[in-house]
Amino acid sequence: MTKAGTGAPPGSGAAHRSLLWKQIRERWQIYLLLLIPVAYIVIFAYIPMGGLLIAFKKYDFSLGIFGSPWVGLDNFKKFFQSYKFILVLKNTLTISLYGLIISFPLPIIFALMLNAMPLPRYKKAIQTVTYIPHFISTVVMVGLIFQLLSNRTGLYGNLYTLLTGQIGPDILAEGTNFKHIYVWSGVWQGTGYSAIIYIAALAGVDPSLHEAALIDGASRFQRVLYVDVPCILPTASIMLILAVGNIMSVGFEKVLLMQNSLNMNYSEIISTYVYKIGLASAINDFSYSTAISMFNSIINFIMLLIANWGSKKLSGSGLF
Amino acid sequence: MATAFQKFKNDTLSDKIFYVVLTIILTIFFILVLYPCIFVLAASFSSGPAVQAGRVYLWPVDFSLEGYKTVFNTSTVWTGFRNSLFYTVAGTCINIFVTMIAAYGLSRPDVPGRNGLMLFFTFTMFFSGGMIPSYMLVQKLGMLNTPWALLIPGAMGVYNMIVARTFIQSNIPIELLEAAKIDGCDDITYFVRIVIPLSKAILAVLTLFYGVGHWNAYFNAMIYLHDKELYPLTLFLREILMADQIDPSTVADPELQAQLAQAAGVIKYALIVVSMIPVLLIYPFVQKYFVKGVMIGSIKG
Repeated sequence: MTKAGTGAPPGSGAAHRSLLWKQIRERWQIYLLLLIPVAYIVIFAYIPMGGLLIAFKKYDFSLGIFGSPWVGLDNFKKFFQSYKFILVLKNTLTISLYGLIISFPLPIIFALMLNAMPLPRYKKAIQTVTYIPHFISTVVMVGLIFQLLSNRTGLYGNLYTLLTGQIGPDILAEGTNFKHIYVWSGVWQGTGYSAIIYIAALAGVDPSLHEAALIDGASRFQRVLYVDVPCILPTASIMLILAVGNIMSVGFEKVLLMQNSLNMNYSEIISTYVYKIGLASAINDFSYSTAISMFNSIINFIMLLIANWGSKKLSGSGLF
Repeated sequence: MATAFQKFKNDTLSDKIFYVVLTIILTIFFILVLYPCIFVLAASFSSGPAVQAGRVYLWPVDFSLEGYKTVFNTSTVWTGFRNSLFYTVAGTCINIFVTMIAAYGLSRPDVPGRNGLMLFFTFTMFFSGGMIPSYMLVQKLGMLNTPWALLIPGAMGVYNMIVARTFIQSNIPIELLEAAKIDGCDDITYFVRIVIPLSKAILAVLTLFYGVGHWNAYFNAMIYLHDKELYPLTLFLREILMADQIDPSTVADPELQAQLAQAAGVIKYALIVVSMIPVLLIYPFVQKYFVKGVMIGSIKG
């Protein structure tokens, strides 16, 4: 479309333009259809982006967004100077890095193992069962965690008592356990489903590569290492970029549900703090909350760019 | 099976060890995922005291249906179930409609400006206004505390739209469009008569993704709705599962009220099972499609 006018003599440019108009007029039904999604995106995605303005203002409900006075970067400064800043930043990074280190490689290993599994029916059964937890809602999942890990009536308690004859320690009450419970319950819930993308990539591996390796006398394990792994590396690097680009967006809904007064010092992360400042406290501070959330998404965006740049340098392929 | 064993006999020793180790590790993982599910099911069919005393391991102890009876006698569970069903069905219909028209329009190579529009949509995947500006918008639009707040603000997922667009581009040959045009078919008729019937696989995937999303959502309902009559099931689940007990006043049967204190654990397990029923019911039908859906999405990266 942008080519229409460039480098062509004036006469043909006009001809191009009228041709373009003709094409657009002919396709009016398509534009009519597209009007709905475009209006939707403008209203529910771009207008809230404009709402980010209040991060630089002192929002007053009676004055509205535009009437409220500007305060520059005061809201950001307030956050950086707050005693909460270090705490929530540390918790956010701890939980997300821990989660990344554990939940990123496990689906890959799982997919590689499943792919090398010799019994097709058993393989199918494992797949079907391990996908199911993905469909458990966050609320039910957290309810399950609380029920199963209870040291008196839960599965953990029952097994502990069965094996040692004593009542187990209350692992839910210990704040330092929060990150372990959060990450490993995520592994339980997501490993099977996250592996699908790698299983699909492995299904696309050229069989002649395996045959060639067999002729060269490679064992099955060597074929996994030297044929399968290189074949899924591009998929893995894209997934890694996406994961790093989301490093600051820890599963907010799950953390919020898992929080209680006992683990608050270890579980308060940026996004739950945003929610509490903005919507769940006695005096809701929209401006301050938006500033914190904007800080979070800027870090996210920078991480995405860095990961993308790094991946391009290392493997030659990136997201954009 | 027989052939697998036959092959196994011919394998070298190192391969044999590899396969055995592999099978053992996968089996351990399989059991780790499966066992909690079985435990929940067993506990939900056990008696209150048995669960409370921690005597359940694998099989229902003192088989009883009291957990389920209480769940079905709780008015909030019914309200929530009905509301969730409505939000899921209505919301998914809106989602599919908006997603498919966007995907169709942007899949047509003969539409000037489609790359610009594509960028316009994709940008919102990486940058958004965040919680408070979205909340203020919903407030301004007068949607607070109405069902609209759960249906309209999430009317389309850009990622799902891209998946659907990729599907249409790679599965519906452009020759069909040319042939239809010669027969005097206009763009909307082509969409309704040709594209939709040929997109069954992607419609199944979208229905699953959106449907499960609606059924499991709780956060938007929590911040946008105040009226308990409008609550989806997840919000009641949150109250019951996170707090200690069902509020006795919401249970119709007085005899059951008395047993509540003892049965809290069983009720929670029964509730977890009940809330999973709709998802588990559709799961077998769409299982073969979502693998495909994830794959279509992955091609695009």
